[in-house]
Amino acid sequence: MTSRPATMAEKLLSRAAGRPVRAGEVVVCEVDAAMGTDGSVPMALDYLRQISDGPLPAPARREKLFFAMDHYGGLSGERALALQQTARGYARLHGIALFEVGEGIGHQLMIERGHVLPGRLVVAADSHAVSYGALNAFGTGIGSSDFAGVLACGQVWLKVPASLRVELTGQLRAGVSAKDVALTLARRLGADGAGYLALEFGGPGLAHLDMDDRILLANMSVEMGAKAGLFPFDACTRAFLAQRTADDFQPVAADEGAGYSGTLALDLGDVVPQVALPHRVDNVQDLAGTAEVPVDLVYLGTCTGGRAKDYREALDVLRAGGGVAPGVTLVVTPASESIRAELEQQGLLEEFRAFGATVQAPGCGACCGTCGSAPAGGVRVVSTANRNFKGRMGNAQAEIFLASPRSCAQAAVRGTLGAGEAA
Amino acid sequence: MNPGRARVLGDDVNTDYIISSRRKKDSLDPQVLRHYLLEDLAPAFAASVQPGDILVAGRNFGCGSAMEVAVTVVRGAGIQAVVARSFARTYWRNAVNNGLLALTADTHGIAEGARLDIEVDGQGARIRVDGGRIIEAEPLPEFVLAMREAGGLLPYLRAHGRLM
Repeated sequence: MTSRPATMAEKLLSRAAGRPVRAGEVVVCEVDAAMGTDGSVPMALDYLRQISDGPLPAPARREKLFFAMDHYGGLSGERALALQQTARGYARLHGIALFEVGEGIGHQLMIERGHVLPGRLVVAADSHAVSYGALNAFGTGIGSSDFAGVLACGQVWLKVPASLRVELTGQLRAGVSAKDVALTLARRLGADGAGYLALEFGGPGLAHLDMDDRILLANMSVEMGAKAGLFPFDACTRAFLAQRTADDFQPVAADEGAGYSGTLALDLGDVVPQVALPHRVDNVQDLAGTAEVPVDLVYLGTCTGGRAKDYREALDVLRAGGGVAPGVTLVVTPASESIRAELEQQGLLEEFRAFGATVQAPGCGACCGTCGSAPAGGVRVVSTANRNFKGRMGNAQAEIFLASPRSCAQAAVRGTLGAGEAA
Repeated sequence: MNPGRARVLGDDVNTDYIISSRRKKDSLDPQVLRHYLLEDLAPAFAASVQPGDILVAGRNFGCGSAMEVAVTVVRGAGIQAVVARSFARTYWRNAVNNGLLALTADTHGIAEGARLDIEVDGQGARIRVDGGRIIEAEPLPEFVLAMREAGGLLPYLRAHGRLM
């Protein structure tokens, strides 16, 4: 390494490139792990076919690969199932680790099963690979052609991003969650405010954010255009990994005096419940100041808001409010089978069912309109997901609002979202 | 490059708008998907595309999902280049990998239907609008030019075996 102080992003990519690299350079990196989904792998195999004549080449480093069958399910249609079968066939032939339908969302499984380690470069052919940054890894999304490149040679080309430091102080107030922080950042930065940048989270406020909070913040960094959302390694990371892996790893820390493109300071204690209005993730307002609108569907799930803590917080609100308002459909789709099992064992899923919720199999669910239940035309959805683009959930005539699990549950209780919310 | 007709879009055109996720579960074939290009944003757009058209967009073109059909459908529709004030990073890299020219330039003032002449070389890229003013685009990194020369990432890998 050179003596010039480096950011976390520069250090992580220097390690992956095998030489000191700086923001702005285009470099070739060896990936430590790569995940593809049923939404991206079939197309990657089409690309791989272009590399050589004859049968599909075997992967260069099968032990680093993971295929997740998370975007499609039994009701996604015959053609989606055929695409999935193509991915499954290649995985079986070459001994690639496969997360089956119902096991959960690939990103969640990569994290909870210890495949994402500090100091590593972990890519996935899905934009929410940025989630891995919570664990002090460089996690970033790639397309199917890049994934084919990883299959072929284990490498990926990357432009080393400059970093924007997000300096967190203070502590979240009761009733406010990491989702509200993510929406606050989207509101302040805009949908491209972190374009081609890594967000590097730091500051004393981190001590009050648990791993679920960090995964959520890293996950939504891409909604501001970020290439990665990186967290330093600390006792929280160590404790999380202790239960998941025995492998060695080398965390990275930004150097004192590293150069940032800027600093965004945020006192967590100033954050209040937020809501993103249709059809933009950065169309964010204080929930308390939003005009009241009726709600038809409340969706609790996704790689953003489908972890056990999210459901506990939502349940607290449902219990306090006495249940779901007439006419509101509540859908629960845990991010993984282990989360589903934990909720089941603790009797929480039974509570959701008693409130009339529909509990769907773990996976991407209704998030991007490729499996799970799609909203009907004219339906207004309040969701714990990360995107509210028109048509996102499979129907361009539906409206999607994004909020925290608590705020979503509050909308389910009242049958409305907005004005009249407790401050 | 042949002159092309400008097709002007706004800011933050996300990949779900370029091609809905629900379409790609039925087919990955760009010749099928091209009929649904921008369907949720501009339902009449797909039918109006002519070969050689050039998409001209504002900020953050291709934000959202990393799905690559959002690039292959644009190519499949016969669009030869996308010029935007800025790109979402996965869209830009997918474009590079697929040999779709994605230029970053100040697109203010380019009108729908304007005739665009694009010239790319090692020094950079220039866009001439209606035979008159010239807009300088951001130069493409060397590695990207090498990939473009090869025809995209996979042809590059076929020729070289590895990236480096």
